[in-house]
Amino acid sequence: MLQVNNVTVVYGGVTAVMDVSFKVKDAEVMGLIGPNGAGKTTLMRVITGTVKPVQGTVFLESTPLEGKPPHKRIRLGIGLSQQIVHPFKSMTVLENVAFVAGHGKTGHPVMSVFRHSRAKEKQKAMEILHVLGIDKVAEAKPENLPLGYLKRLEVARAIALEPKILLLDEPLAGLNQLEARQLADKLLELNQLGHTILLIEHNLGEVIRICDQLVVIDNGMKIGQGEPHKVMDDAVVRSAYLGEGHHAAS
Amino acid sequence: MQYEISLLTIMGISIIAALSLNLIVGFCGQISLGHAAFLGVGAYTSAMLTKAGVPFTAAVAASMLMAGIIGTVVGFTSLRVREDFLAITTMGVGFLFLGIVRKQDFLGGEMGIAMIPDPGLGKVGYLVLVLLLAATLALFSIYLKRSWMGFTFDAVADDEDTANLVGIDVSSYKLIAFAMGTAFAGLAGALYAHNIKFIDPESFGFVESITILSMVVIGGTGSVWGVTIAAGVLSIFPMWFQFIDDYKLLVYGGLLCMIMLFSPDGLSGIFGRFLNTIRGKNFNASGQ
Repeated sequence: MLQVNNVTVVYGGVTAVMDVSFKVKDAEVMGLIGPNGAGKTTLMRVITGTVKPVQGTVFLESTPLEGKPPHKRIRLGIGLSQQIVHPFKSMTVLENVAFVAGHGKTGHPVMSVFRHSRAKEKQKAMEILHVLGIDKVAEAKPENLPLGYLKRLEVARAIALEPKILLLDEPLAGLNQLEARQLADKLLELNQLGHTILLIEHNLGEVIRICDQLVVIDNGMKIGQGEPHKVMDDAVVRSAYLGEGHHAAS
Repeated sequence: MQYEISLLTIMGISIIAALSLNLIVGFCGQISLGHAAFLGVGAYTSAMLTKAGVPFTAAVAASMLMAGIIGTVVGFTSLRVREDFLAITTMGVGFLFLGIVRKQDFLGGEMGIAMIPDPGLGKVGYLVLVLLLAATLALFSIYLKRSWMGFTFDAVADDEDTANLVGIDVSSYKLIAFAMGTAFAGLAGALYAHNIKFIDPESFGFVESITILSMVVIGGTGSVWGVTIAAGVLSIFPMWFQFIDDYKLLVYGGLLCMIMLFSPDGLSGIFGRFLNTIRGKNFNASGQ
């Protein structure tokens, strides 16, 4: 489904990502984890096209994404949920999702002026909000909602694009334990409905619970890949998460 | 009666100018402080063409086209700069227009262009034409707001980066907003030129740009009816009451300050909150 090949990113002389490669298979939940500053979000941005790598390629199915601007990559089948929530503030929750659900009507800017009906998109948006359990706040403005709802709204918008793969950047960040578990369950449900997911997340408990595969990066380099429990038992990975002292003590 | 007809014609032209800026600022969220320059482009194009014997309707169409093309070029700057920087850039475009026109003899230089041909519709006929065009633009604005293009403009105005990350070709939408807004400004300029029959660079200076922006802000950015009412009232009041005209900048400045302090969403916001109080519902100032 998604293939990241030998990606290197340099910011002003500092190497943020170094020669990282991995593949996400169809209908898989792949976790991309690592300590703060490891380069996870940078990798996500390379995939969406907001950061240009100095080396490496990204393929969505068999389509190379190189040289394509972010909006074209998204329309090829990438649904992105950002780490910091960015709802459209002038719209209600329902309108936020319906707007994205109407991606077929906004693809050609000139033709969009001849299209009016929003009924189908609103119905579809309502269904997505229902799946994520936030249909009760459909008519609310985002500014009036707590973070847990806004995180779900981000995911709902990403789903509304009908993407081939969902890129979720820390969807559980800032949520309490119960909210995080509920949203993780929803992600699992989405996966069972056939969605392929690449998940960046710090909540290791939930990551291990819902992911099929993990890729671990530290200081911009890949240090592990495989099934969650095996990867988390790896000494190098544990050292990266718990510090050098852990390795020595154990 | 002639005076009232003249006032209403000016009002109609002001409504077209304000609604044209509303497409850029109110709908798409792109600030512009040099909008009068596009009225100027339209006015000069139509004046020159009609003086050369081109029929009025063809000249007006050419004015819209010329202003729209130059507006699209200026729109490209909105792809590189945003907010404060875009405001300064568009202000620069306004000064650039004045600088160029003042130094061109074939455009009349500082003296401007006089004896611009009459469209031959008579005073009342011209008034009817202007009001019909103003009403058409208002209806088009409402239509646009309810279309998926308007929906997308809302998203771009809210957050360009996020719009891009949900698959929106933000650059194209911004250019379309600039093209449409400046083309209609060209129309307003052409109508102005054939109404007054004299134009000079000062008619399209920075103060005029701020005057049009004031109409949009006071009416409520993005609100079609709010901007229409504000443009109508603010354009004829200074002419109706001479003492207001003497202190026009002071009145406009004071109104702008008051609106920014007490109701940043303008008259439409005030009306919306009033309705909200009555109905107990949320109100969307865009009219949706």
